[in-house]
Amino acid sequence: MASLKDLRNRIASVKSTQKITKAMQMVAAAKLRRAQDAAEAAGPYAERMASVMANLSSSMKDSPGASPLLVGTGKTDTYLLLVMTADRGLCGGFNTNIARKARERINALQSEGKSVKIITVGKKGADQLKRLHSSLIVKTYDLSGGKTPGKEAALEFGAMVRDMFASGEFDVCELISSEFVSVISQKPRAQTLIPAVDAIDEKIARPDLQGAIYEYEPDEEEILNVLLPRYVDTVILSSLLENAAGEMGARMAAMDNATRNAGDLIDKLNLIYNRTRQAKITTELTEIISGAEAL
Amino acid sequence: MADKLHFDLVSPERRLFEGDVDMVVVPGEEGDFGVLPGHAPVMSAIRSGAISVHDGADIRRTFIHGGFAEVTPDGLTVLAEEAIDLASVDAAQVSKDLADAKEDIGLARDDRERAVAEARLAKYEALSEALNG
Repeated sequence: MASLKDLRNRIASVKSTQKITKAMQMVAAAKLRRAQDAAEAAGPYAERMASVMANLSSSMKDSPGASPLLVGTGKTDTYLLLVMTADRGLCGGFNTNIARKARERINALQSEGKSVKIITVGKKGADQLKRLHSSLIVKTYDLSGGKTPGKEAALEFGAMVRDMFASGEFDVCELISSEFVSVISQKPRAQTLIPAVDAIDEKIARPDLQGAIYEYEPDEEEILNVLLPRYVDTVILSSLLENAAGEMGARMAAMDNATRNAGDLIDKLNLIYNRTRQAKITTELTEIISGAEAL
Repeated sequence: MADKLHFDLVSPERRLFEGDVDMVVVPGEEGDFGVLPGHAPVMSAIRSGAISVHDGADIRRTFIHGGFAEVTPDGLTVLAEEAIDLASVDAAQVSKDLADAKEDIGLARDDRERAVAEARLAKYEALSEALNG
């Protein structure tokens, strides 16, 4: 049986762990609010952008001059998976779930005979994917520490993806990230980024023009050519923000759990400690009494 | 037909304005155009410049750097890449930024840096023009 001193040490160590998890939980809760606000603030823009895109693409996708960003290269041989995770761990199954989703996609695509390239955003994704698929990873990016990723990061990733697309390095780009369902629920999600026409959801509400038709200034094609890159950036940005919010939500839940578990453990250890102490006293008393009787 | 125009101004980071106004003047790629309630559907690229929101006697001007305007029967939506409220802009700071940007073009070491600096210069030129206009 562990000595009293050992038990005291263990209780102290669990208590300090509990303090840390409690602090992390509170930090995550504060950051979550900020990340969630940022994700929600970006919502209207992304929504409007999607509906404008839906409008344009339905009239443009059959025209011969349509941009490959919209209609694709006509092939689906090479897939680029943009896997977005967090930079830090200790957030429950958040990173693991995204990495698992990515692995599922990789396996599915490879069994169809497609070649796959991976770009990871966030340290944890790279860590988890490089064990099995290190040969597929073309680039890895870290997010800038604990800061909420902003527009600059999205523009950088967007420009890089478009450059790679323009130089023919892939045909289809999919984005694997986490969907922020609620504070306690995040779902890994794969969405098509390029060609955009596959990404556009038929369900997106389109404005009712009441029989009128759009006028375009300058012309449709030019607008679409400017709009498409921005569309890519916007999708990346909103995924980054959603991911950041999801990470904080997951961490908050995980740390809340850890704090509660630590509390349970402390209770249990205290019970053992008291029992041991009592047993020791009883033993000592018995020894004294039997010693006295022997005299 | 509604008497007021529903106007939405959103940037990637936040929604800057939403509400009903009398008229909005948008700096379109091919010239400024005013949007009144009941305007025909238009989709237009925006050049850098000030967007004026007229509501009664009140005129609010916001600087837009790149983006799109979409007019539907429901109203006008402006998707701005970047939006700065002109009331909050410091003219001295702008002229300083403008000078900085000019200097950067001279200092640029390669085409990429030059392109970045030129884009910045164009932005600040448009901004100072909007301030004085």
